[in-house]
Amino acid sequence: MTDQTPFVEIRHAQKSYGDLEVLKDISLTVQRGEIVAIIGPSGSGKSTLLRAINDLDPLTGGEILLEGVQVNKTLPHRQYEKHINAMRQQIGMVFQHFNLFPHLNVRDNVTMAPKLLKGISSKEADKLAEEQLNHVGMLERIDYYPSQLSGGQKQRVAIARALAMQPKLMLFDEATSALDPELVEEVNLVMKKLAEEHMTMIIVTHEMDFAASVCDRVLFMDQGVVVEEGPPEKIFKNPDMDRTKEFLRKHLAGSK
Amino acid sequence: MDIDLMLRVYPYFLEAAWVTIQLSVLTIVLGLICGMIGAAGRLSRFAILRFLAAAYVSFFRGTPALIQIFLLYFGGPQVGIQLDAFEAGVIGLGVNIGAYMTETMRGAIISIDKGQIEASRTLGLSKFETFRKVTLPQALRLMIRPLGVNINAQIKGTALVAAISVVELTYTAQRYIGSTYKPFEMFLIAGILYLIIITASGKVISYLDRRVRLQ
Ligand SMILES: Nc1ncnc2c1ncn2[C@@H]1O[C@H](COP(=O)(O)OP(=O)(O)O)[C@@H](O)[C@H]1O
Ligand SMILES: [Mg+2]
Repeated sequence: MTDQTPFVEIRHAQKSYGDLEVLKDISLTVQRGEIVAIIGPSGSGKSTLLRAINDLDPLTGGEILLEGVQVNKTLPHRQYEKHINAMRQQIGMVFQHFNLFPHLNVRDNVTMAPKLLKGISSKEADKLAEEQLNHVGMLERIDYYPSQLSGGQKQRVAIARALAMQPKLMLFDEATSALDPELVEEVNLVMKKLAEEHMTMIIVTHEMDFAASVCDRVLFMDQGVVVEEGPPEKIFKNPDMDRTKEFLRKHLAGSK
Repeated sequence: MDIDLMLRVYPYFLEAAWVTIQLSVLTIVLGLICGMIGAAGRLSRFAILRFLAAAYVSFFRGTPALIQIFLLYFGGPQVGIQLDAFEAGVIGLGVNIGAYMTETMRGAIISIDKGQIEASRTLGLSKFETFRKVTLPQALRLMIRPLGVNINAQIKGTALVAAISVVELTYTAQRYIGSTYKPFEMFLIAGILYLIIITASGKVISYLDRRVRLQ
C-alpha cells in the first residue's frame, strides 16, 4: 500500500432490490484514523451502504476496497468464503440490536472468534477478554450471560467482541438507537474512547450531538445518494443543500 | 374387574414392555439420524438435496405409517428386502418419525435470529463455523421440546407393529385377550405400562430442556 492508497475506498457503489435502487453511484474515501458519521432519514440507504462495506449486503455494482484490497470480489464459492472471512476479520461491526450470542457468557462472546480464527490458547483468550472488557467497563460482568445485562451493557460487550479481533476499521449501525435514553451515554463514551485511540470508524447515527462532537466528517444521505458531506461544523451549522437543512430542521425539532 | 388375573399375567406384559422400550429407543435413534440428514438436506445449498429431502418428508408424512411398515415387511421380499418383523418395525417406524424430526430440526434451525448469523459472519467465521458455534447450539436448545412431542408420538406409534406380530405391548394384550376373553383387563395393563414409559420419557425431556434452556 502506498501513501496515496485510501484506507477505505468506495467506488461507484450501486445497490438495487429488484426495481428499487437503494444506493445510487456512491463514491467515498475514508482515511486511516478518520471518523465518519452517516446521517439521513430512515430508508435512505445508510445501513445498506455500511453493510456493503463488509459485503454483508453485497453491492449490485461498484467496488469496496480496504487498504487497496477489494472486499466485494467475485470469486468461486470456496475462494470467496476464504477471502471474505479474512477481510471481515479486519472489519468490526456493531449492530443496533447488539446480536450477542445468548448461549455464551460475556467472556465467551468476546473470545469465541479469536479462539477459533486466531488459534490463541485459553489463557491468552482469558487475558484478551479481560483486557477488552476492561476497556469497555464490563470486566465485572465477565461471567454473566447476555440476558442478565442491560441494553447499554450488551452493546458495550458487543463492542468488546468486535475489538477482540483487532479490526482496522469499525462500523457502527445505529449502535444506540435501541437503547433507553439513560443508557445511551455509556455506549457513546466507549465510542469516544475509541475515537481518542484513533480507530477508523464509520458511524451511522441519529444522534447529531454525538456526531458533531466525535466525527471528523459528516455525510448526509437521502434516497440512496450522498447529498452533502463535510466537517460537522459545516453540515450542522451551515449546510449548502436544502435537503440537508430540511432534514436537520425536522430532526432537531423531533428530537428535542 | 379381575384383579387376580391381572396380577397373574402382568409379568408377561413387563417383558413386552421391554420390547416396546427397545423399539422406542431404536426408532428414536434412527429417527434422529434421519432427521439430521433430512434437515441438512432441506437446508442444503444444492437444489437436488433440497428436493430429495422434501420428497422424503412428504412421502413419509403423507402416507400412513402402517402402510409404510406393511410395504417394507410384506412388500420388501418382493424386491429382495428380507427383514424379520422387529427389524421391519424399527426401520419402518424410525424412517417415518425421521420425516417429522426433519421438520422439527429444520424449524428450530431456521428460527434462529438472522442477526446471530450476521454477527458471527461479521467476525469472520465461515458458514460452517457459524453453524457449529452459533446456530446449532441455539437450535438444539429450541428443538428439545418439539422433539419431545415427536418422541411421545413415536412411543405410542410403536403399537402399530403389533400388526406385523412383533411381540410388544399391544400385540401381547391382544394375545392374552384371545386366551382370557378379558379385553378390559388386558388393555388396561398395556395402557398403564405405556403411561409409565411415556411419563418417564417426558420427565427426561423436560429435565434436558430445563438444563439447557436459555434464560
Ligand atoms: N432486503 C431488502 N429487500 C428489499 N428492500 C430492502 C431490503 N433491505 C433494505 N431495503 C430497502 O432499502 C432502502 C434502504 O434501507 P436501509 O439501508 O435500511 O435504510 P436506512 O438504514 O437509511 O434506514 C429502504 O427503502 C429499504 O426498504
Ligand atoms: Mg438503518
